[in-house]
Amino acid sequence: MQIPYEVEERPDTGVYNAKLGIWLFLASEIMLFGGLFSAYIFLRLGAPEGSWPDHILWDLPGLINTAILILSSVTVVLSYIYVKLGDFNKFRICMIITLVSAVAFMGIKSFEYNGKFKHFGAFMKDTSKPQGYGEQITGHVIGDLSDYDDKDYILVAADSRQPIDWLSARELKKQSPAHQQQAAELAALGEDAHDAHPGPVFNHPGIIATGDKYKPKSWEHKIKVALGKEKHKEHDVFKVMKDQIFRQSMFTPGYNAYFAIYFTMTGLHALHVIGGALVLGYFCFFDHKRFFTNRKHFANRIEVGGLFWHFVDLVWIFLFPILYLL
Amino acid sequence: MQEATHTKEHDAHSDEHHDHGPQSFWRTWVFSTDHKVIGLQYAVTAMLSLMGGFLMMILMRWQLAYPGDPIPLVGNILENVTGGAEGGMMIDGVMQPQFYNALGAMHGTIMVFLGVVPLGFAAFGNYVMPLQVGAPDMAFPRLNMASFWSFLPGALIMFLSFLVPGGAAKSGWTSYSPLAAVADPPQSPTQEWFISPSLGPIDLSFLGLPADGALFMASIFNGQSLWLVAMIFLISSSLLGSVNVIVTIVQLRAKGMGWMRMPYFTWAIFVTSFLLLLAFPPLEAAGIMQLMDRVAHTSFFMPAGLYVGGEVLNSYSGGGSPLLWQHLFWFLGHPEVYVILLPAFGIVAEVIACNTRKPLWGYKSLVYGTIALGLLSFVVWAHHMYMTGMGAKVSAFFQTTTTIISIPSVIILTALLISLWGGAIRFNTPMLFATAFLPMFGIGGLTGIPLAFSSIGSYLHDSYYVIGHFHYVVAPGVMFGLFAGVYHWYPKVTGRKMNELLGKLHFWPTLICMNLIFAPMFIQGMAGMHRRWYDGGETYELSAPVLHWNVVMTIAAFVMLVAQLPFIWNFFTAWRYGQKVGTNPWQATTLDWQTPFPAPHGNFDKPVTVYRGPYEYSVPGADKDYTPQNEPEVQPAPAKVSSKDK
Amino acid sequence: MLNDLLQMTENASEHGTQIDFFLEASHWFMLVLFVGWSAFFFYTLYRCWERKHPKADYDGVKSHASSHIELYVIIVEAVLLLGFAFPIWAKQVNEIPPEGDNLLKVHAIAYQFGWLFHYPGEDGVLGRKNPIFMKGGSPQSEVGLDMSDPFAQDDIVSMQVMRAPVNTPIIVDVTSRDVIHNYAVAHMRVSQDAIPGMRVPIWFTPIRTGEFEIICAQLCGAGHYSMKGILNIQTQDEYDKWVASQAPKKPADPAPSAEPAVEPDEPEVTPENEEAAAVAISSVTNQ
Ligand code: HEA
Ligand code: HEA
Ligand code: CUA
Ligand SMILES: [Cu+2]
Repeated sequence: MQIPYEVEERPDTGVYNAKLGIWLFLASEIMLFGGLFSAYIFLRLGAPEGSWPDHILWDLPGLINTAILILSSVTVVLSYIYVKLGDFNKFRICMIITLVSAVAFMGIKSFEYNGKFKHFGAFMKDTSKPQGYGEQITGHVIGDLSDYDDKDYILVAADSRQPIDWLSARELKKQSPAHQQQAAELAALGEDAHDAHPGPVFNHPGIIATGDKYKPKSWEHKIKVALGKEKHKEHDVFKVMKDQIFRQSMFTPGYNAYFAIYFTMTGLHALHVIGGALVLGYFCFFDHKRFFTNRKHFANRIEVGGLFWHFVDLVWIFLFPILYLL
Repeated sequence: MQEATHTKEHDAHSDEHHDHGPQSFWRTWVFSTDHKVIGLQYAVTAMLSLMGGFLMMILMRWQLAYPGDPIPLVGNILENVTGGAEGGMMIDGVMQPQFYNALGAMHGTIMVFLGVVPLGFAAFGNYVMPLQVGAPDMAFPRLNMASFWSFLPGALIMFLSFLVPGGAAKSGWTSYSPLAAVADPPQSPTQEWFISPSLGPIDLSFLGLPADGALFMASIFNGQSLWLVAMIFLISSSLLGSVNVIVTIVQLRAKGMGWMRMPYFTWAIFVTSFLLLLAFPPLEAAGIMQLMDRVAHTSFFMPAGLYVGGEVLNSYSGGGSPLLWQHLFWFLGHPEVYVILLPAFGIVAEVIACNTRKPLWGYKSLVYGTIALGLLSFVVWAHHMYMTGMGAKVSAFFQTTTTIISIPSVIILTALLISLWGGAIRFNTPMLFATAFLPMFGIGGLTGIPLAFSSIGSYLHDSYYVIGHFHYVVAPGVMFGLFAGVYHWYPKVTGRKMNELLGKLHFWPTLICMNLIFAPMFIQGMAGMHRRWYDGGETYELSAPVLHWNVVMTIAAFVMLVAQLPFIWNFFTAWRYGQKVGTNPWQATTLDWQTPFPAPHGNFDKPVTVYRGPYEYSVPGADKDYTPQNEPEVQPAPAKVSSKDK
Repeated sequence: MLNDLLQMTENASEHGTQIDFFLEASHWFMLVLFVGWSAFFFYTLYRCWERKHPKADYDGVKSHASSHIELYVIIVEAVLLLGFAFPIWAKQVNEIPPEGDNLLKVHAIAYQFGWLFHYPGEDGVLGRKNPIFMKGGSPQSEVGLDMSDPFAQDDIVSMQVMRAPVNTPIIVDVTSRDVIHNYAVAHMRVSQDAIPGMRVPIWFTPIRTGEFEIICAQLCGAGHYSMKGILNIQTQDEYDKWVASQAPKKPADPAPSAEPAVEPDEPEVTPENEEAAAVAISSVTNQ
């Protein structure tokens, strides 16, 4: 038994089976990511004003990853062309570049994830806020979180960013003289304010400045300092009283709605990258005999795999701005 | 086999087609790539699931009619299985609220996702559709197999989730968050962890998991999380299935099988596939998010400041929206009801055309109506959410679309009804079920109309009226369509007919009982009784005047269970002892009846060419009252018959 | 008529008359369609039975009557939609009577498994609420009333029983503190999901005194079936008396004393109410 149009196009529809199949599959994938994108919109619009942490991610790795994926999209097209032209070696080189790109993408992604998992944040108790959430302190825990198991405080080297609050930053500034002063300084410093100002000021009685300084050990920090993106080589250390903390967590998916959608979308996307790379790798290294026995079929396979790869790329093109830039 | 060009490539990929020649039992019946075998696999799984869903409902109906009375016969067994009194599901043979809710959620889920859709879409779709379009198999036979083998684990996980501590999911088939997100919280992060209290603790320490590893396991192995995991399997399965079906229909239609020559059943399956393809992924996304909420403690569907069980849930960040789940769920949920319905429409149309011995009336309006139904079904979902505080404009939109979507249904039903006129109706069992489908679906559909209007819908929302509405559509409606299909295509599969007498013994009591079960629901609903009430409404005074119906409905349900025995008996005995019939016992015109018997792997022994529309029955001047689609044109009017393709 | 045949509950609210009429009208529409179709259906089955009509007719029905009928169906549905559905709903959601008039505004807070009703008290202003103050025990802390708010001092929190004067528009702000519930009073023809994190107003004007059942119409867990509240519609006098009886002993006592722990001066607790309250409270502890 032979299934018709597995390799040749059906004259009246103009496609072979797998091509139609992959287009349909991509349609369903669009709906899948569409569901997540609409969740993003829902969460973002529904977030209390000022609580959506925009620009929280360092955009350089994301930018590099974007470039990598675009490059790999180009090479995957080239590899298809070389199959059509019958140049096996060039096909292989292009395909290997594509696969290396996939690995590089995943490497950078895991570097980013790792940085997040090492980042700490705590929301302080505040009965005047509608949800009980008050000021937020984020940064690196000095030592290990478990070191503080028997203490009633945690030492945190706070990021030199403005504290993010459930209320809008504007509103926050109205609240305390300290913040007003901070706001004025920020205004004076202009654009790069939050990098240049002397450091965060906290208003909550549960966050006590120790006067110590701490030099974060993360690569992210080192690179940022080297690039001049981060002006503070050292961060101020604060003592955060445990009984005043409303909730605390690392920057894991559960940290807030933003990280929830960030990890879910990029995680699902990463699974697609891995899946796509596995399939393309299979074609490249285990199915290559077909190149010589049935080139048309092989080209079809590369085309279908390439279409999927473009889709993965395209999703990232949407993910990058909404998660990193907006 | 369609074109000569393929043969020269054939040896090139013979590696893919190792399904030739004599095969092992495993390759023939278990890991088969033959669409007919896969169809049967689906059919068997689905029918067992239907039975399971029905038995769950029998338990629930007992509780509804006799709240607080121990369940006879099986009460104690269930108590042991669900972990005894500590399991908290059954105490002294009496069903507990948690167990009622679990059964309810699983009844809905199993009936919809493991019963009706797999039987209608996957089983009949797989078995019949490729035959009807004249294809040798599905376009991607191995994908087809993968689809079944991702369905089966989903089904097993769903059923087995009754055995994990805390029992199966209990937040309704709709799984609304935050209820579903906070249900069954993982107990304690210990190494010891229970499969079922009755089987005793299972020591997981051999896995060497750290404490949060064990917590992670516990957050997965509980009813609600397993429901989500199972759903993800089922969704993946139907995505694979629907891609396959669409490609098969588009690409593998036999020569001459134009779009308007396709049997209506194939059309119905075609539209259904698009609904599955496009509506299911958002639910998959939602399922992933709810799973994240449960396992990774995100807050996709959780607002801040929840206070559950005496404490503020500050392990959740908040910031999510419960309505987001509802939107994503119903974006699937509504198309899903047409996924349930359309295959049944298709079956009914086939059976009616065949047994009235005349063409379907308004074939084109059927096709266009179905397409319209498919398109519109994507824009009505929020009619399930009128009570969520919807503004006038949004609700006006959804009321309008919902009203508009009833028009194609009316058109389809009318066309089927009018098709009866002028026929020479053979009342065999499949036809009985198919005709009964029409008014039963009519009642269900008509009672959807008041629900569509938010103002009066708000009175009826979540009441038994809604339960009555959709059961009329799915139980005496769709289920009858499926029964008709089973009786109709049984000879195709086995070469034997099911017994007519037993069939009638199945039909009449089932018809009567269905109505006795579901008609009183309208009264109860109008009287203000609401669904998912464990005690059948005893708490509320307003249900007092209509409470006695509970007993009537329950007895009818029990009788209906008994009425399925002739069917089951018939189904199994006819396999061996049924009346032997030829390849085309109903003298049907569509291609599915024109293959040799038993249809080989590859279906047709010679290329098929289609010469005419699907329902050429009683063609004036023809020598017999049916003209198969692939019968070559006979030049002048009545000529000799010799072309009957066997 | 059809409504009565279907044993619909008796209407007790002003806008309910319209809803009942609408429901009645749609049921007539459905009935007419169904009877018409059924008549044709059974006649056809009989007429075209193989034994009566052995030779099928290739063409079948040739008239276009069905298209006309379908057109009528569309017209009737359009009338139902434009004439009833839109205006009634718009009135329900848009024309909420402005505050300040003679009306009552209550917050209804649903929980697993019962109802809390927060009244503004004499000052007419509802005190601030915050989940951080939710502790359980006193009704005030059940709703998380912030007792440091001056407006909160005279607020009344009633458990399971909602009282309201007859013939006065009542706005109920429905919300929940845990999962989704639904505030449904069949007799008042209202139903509104109680969604955590959202507060949605509904309004109705009761036209009869009496006790009506508040139904939880959304699955909310094991105690869902028993999550019944009571809507007690009283005459204005009775209601005023009740409000007065609830007023705090010392108006300016700022201490959040958990004084009215179990609603001590609940005047007339009927046995059923008490039972409902007891069930609800015990299910909370079970949870
Ligand atoms: C196959 C399943 C199916 C089908 C086809 C339908 C069809 C329709 N449904 Fe239904 N519905 C469900 C399954 C289905 N539904 C389920 C499962 C739920 C509950 C989910 C839950 O909450 O758990 C539900 C709930 C539901 C609601 C929400 C109720 C609530 O929760 O408050 C609404 C509201 O608008 C609605 C409307 C409709 C409408 C307008 C149609 C229309 O498409 C109907 C159109 C049909 C007709 C108008 C019939 C025409 C009839 C004739 C012409 C007469 C013929 C007579 C003879 C032949 C004798 N449905
Ligand atoms: C397709 C969907 C479907 C089907 C067919 C049914 C069928 C039935 N349903 Fe169900 N039901 C739902 C979907 C369905 N239901 C859903 C979605 C809900 C809402 C759940 C929720 O609240 O979340 C619900 C809820 C629901 C309730 C309300 C519970 C409550 O709110 O508390 C009730 C009450 O009576 C009920 C009853 C029945 C009955 C008596 C049948 C009978 O018609 C069953 C008849 C069954 C058969 C006729 C099966 C026969 C099969 C065989 C005989 C196979 C034989 C096998 C072999 C030969 C191998 N159902
Ligand atoms: Cu509360 Cu149901
Ligand atoms: Cu719907």
